[in-house]
Amino acid sequence: MKNPFEALDKTLEHSVRLQIMSVLVANESYDFSALRDLLGVTDGNLATHIRALEREKYIVVTKSFVDRKPHTRYKAAERGRQAFRKHLDAMAALVRMQKTNS
Amino acid sequence: MSDQPAFERDLASIRNLMDRSVKFLSLSGLSGVLAGTYALGGAYYASTLLPEPGTYTAEGILQDRGLILHWLVVAVIVLVASLLTGFIMSARNAKKSGMTLWNETSRRLFVNLSVPLVAGGIFILAMVARGHYGIIAESCLLFYGLALVNASANLYDEVRWLGYSEIALGLLASVIPGHGLLFWSVGFGVLHIGYGAAMYFKYEK
Repeated sequence: MKNPFEALDKTLEHSVRLQIMSVLVANESYDFSALRDLLGVTDGNLATHIRALEREKYIVVTKSFVDRKPHTRYKAAERGRQAFRKHLDAMAALVRMQKTNS
Repeated sequence: MSDQPAFERDLASIRNLMDRSVKFLSLSGLSGVLAGTYALGGAYYASTLLPEPGTYTAEGILQDRGLILHWLVVAVIVLVASLLTGFIMSARNAKKSGMTLWNETSRRLFVNLSVPLVAGGIFILAMVARGHYGIIAESCLLFYGLALVNASANLYDEVRWLGYSEIALGLLASVIPGHGLLFWSVGFGVLHIGYGAAMYFKYEK
């Protein structure tokens, strides 16, 4: 049997990143401040994890100006959706394993 | 539960987060009960404006422009009072759970509700202006039901069933003409009170 621990996504193992991905998979797009309020994290913390997801090309960033203020929105990229699905499948497999072992 | 595996807890919290990111959950059930009560009060007042029983027919009433306009004013007062109550009580709910009333989810909810409601409202006013008073009640119920179904993705799942009920009632009213006020009272009064109370006890108690 394959080891489900190996199927876990290294980038998504961090809980804030996994949370960001779940919000973006469930919604067409989300903006920075709404994401920050929903997750209850600081600006700096969120920015760090967004950058990590961006680097993996899991999310797409669109920048625009609303009332001359910069407005940043995030979308899940197809690559990110696939990684998210695989990661959740691996988590579910681990849950099943833990259940049969106990 | 402490013996719940960590991954299982994580999966549950992700599902919860996904829900919260899509749905506006601050909508107050109690404000539904109040809105239903206003509707019943308004419908009762509207019925007292009718002439003595037996002295009129449904067709005759629908020709009475003065009475219809009076009813329309009552309906608008009920609508504004309900919206205001819903707004104030949902703002209080949002504050209690540390959320803001105007956020990503409520913005989407607003758009999804507004499109069918504004279209329906303009349509009904246009029909009234052309003298078609007989379709007001069923049109209100139909467009309201469609708006609820359309916006149900951004609300508790039960809202979809409230929407289906309003649509069914609107269709029923359209094939049984002459009982507009009764159908209107059931759709906006009884259903709101029942739904609001159920939501209040399920999620807010």
